[in-house]
Amino acid sequence: MSALRIAVPRGALMGDTLDLLDRLGIDTAEVRANDRKLLFDDAGIVTMRPSDVPTYVEAGAADLGITGKDVLAEQAERNVYELLDLGFGPCRMVFATEAGEDRAAEALRRLGVMRVATKYPRIALDYFERTGRQVEIVEVKGSVELAPLTGLVEGIVDLTATGTTLRENGLVIREEIAASTARLIANPVAHKLKAGAIDALVERIRGG
Amino acid sequence: VIHPTPSGTRDVLPDEMRELRAIEAAVTSVFAAHGYGEISTPALEYEEVLTRGDAAAADPAYKLFDEDGNVLVLRSDMTIPIARVVATRYPTAEPPLRFCYVAAAYRSVRPQRGLAREMRQAGIELVGAPGPEGTAEAIAVLGEALGAAGLENYRIGLGDAGLYRRLLDRVGVPDDARPQILHELVTRDFVGLEREVERFGEPALARVPQLRGGPEVLDAVPEAGQLRAVFDRLDPSVAARVIFDLGLAHELGYYTGEVFEVYDAGLGQPLGGGGRYDDLIGRFGRDLPACGWALNVERLHLARVGEGR
Repeated sequence: MSALRIAVPRGALMGDTLDLLDRLGIDTAEVRANDRKLLFDDAGIVTMRPSDVPTYVEAGAADLGITGKDVLAEQAERNVYELLDLGFGPCRMVFATEAGEDRAAEALRRLGVMRVATKYPRIALDYFERTGRQVEIVEVKGSVELAPLTGLVEGIVDLTATGTTLRENGLVIREEIAASTARLIANPVAHKLKAGAIDALVERIRGG
Repeated sequence: VIHPTPSGTRDVLPDEMRELRAIEAAVTSVFAAHGYGEISTPALEYEEVLTRGDAAAADPAYKLFDEDGNVLVLRSDMTIPIARVVATRYPTAEPPLRFCYVAAAYRSVRPQRGLAREMRQAGIELVGAPGPEGTAEAIAVLGEALGAAGLENYRIGLGDAGLYRRLLDRVGVPDDARPQILHELVTRDFVGLEREVERFGEPALARVPQLRGGPEVLDAVPEAGQLRAVFDRLDPSVAARVIFDLGLAHELGYYTGEVFEVYDAGLGQPLGGGGRYDDLIGRFGRDLPACGWALNVERLHLARVGEGR
């Protein structure tokens, strides 16, 4: 199994991912013990932001990777294979606005366009196009919840697991766009050249 | 002062050019030894020529107008231009016809991905030689060309563009369910594929396109007869390089039968590929089966450097 290099997402998916790798017999003790180190050659693990996982896997710098479906949907043009729904890390991509009167609906009605802040411009634009609404997408990198509170935008498209952060900032979910869970992805060339090792790993994950 | 070139294009300076030319010379000497004659066609074609070959082939390309208002398109591969050449310049010639080329092709790119708008391709088209013999010849030349280019660790992924449709026929999947299923297959989303085929209650629909490996993977798949026939005609030295991939599906619409891709362990993406296109030349007026492939010369060079040569 050490022949495979796996891209592991830091952040919310990391704990479940390392638990999964433990069950597969990959020693993750060093990864758990070391918060700064990024490359663990003995275990065949590299750690990175979830949104970087498709980049490394597409280029073949990692054979396999684990990341959220939300990341894959946002980077749909990446040439990677999506092998398994791992089931953990469930969350929803939602459209939310300030509680009370829906300012986004009002903007759409009176101004013809609503402003929406998001870290997922592609998913957001695609969703509002599909539902026939004109939007102006404002791409932000940090806390999206701030944008409607300051009047930058009328609504946001963001990922939420429990809805707590939205609630604490006085936002309510108006629409659910998609559900997301962690996925196992593979580099297209490794999928062929290391077919045996990858299939064995996939079978063991399926087997529980 | 910096005067940039368009993103996805680049200059090639003498040291690199010398190495690229050496690879091209090695590859074209293999083409010549097998009786493939080199041809050149215009980089610009009428849009209607490319769309006649394949609607998707002309779609993302670069378009301009000539003095008379005709729409011209930069070719996105050499296969369609050669199909045009065969039908118009060789209307009665006795097949098989063997052509090769080293030429630039043009593709649109998504920004900031390091993808090339302009790429050097070296390839062959074998016209009028039906499968499986024709396919086996094209793959044999491919293996020899890769060896001549200096690659030692390459593999050839071999699949069949018609296999999954035949499987859908056998299971009796209705026409209206197929576009979504094929979309999941072409976008390599096996999670989506399993979701879409679950209701048909036939495990093979999800399992077969995930089969990769040696000839043993063909055993339980009745739709794989053509692949077996090609494999049986390959020289053992080439056959040892083949990895069957029953999920291999090309985005280009003109492939009708066997399709292949070339891999090297040092590169994360294929070096090139090709396949059978038995209907394409007929769209230009001469009904001949054909098979061909193209290698990306710059990626060959990358793989060679990656192998330490």
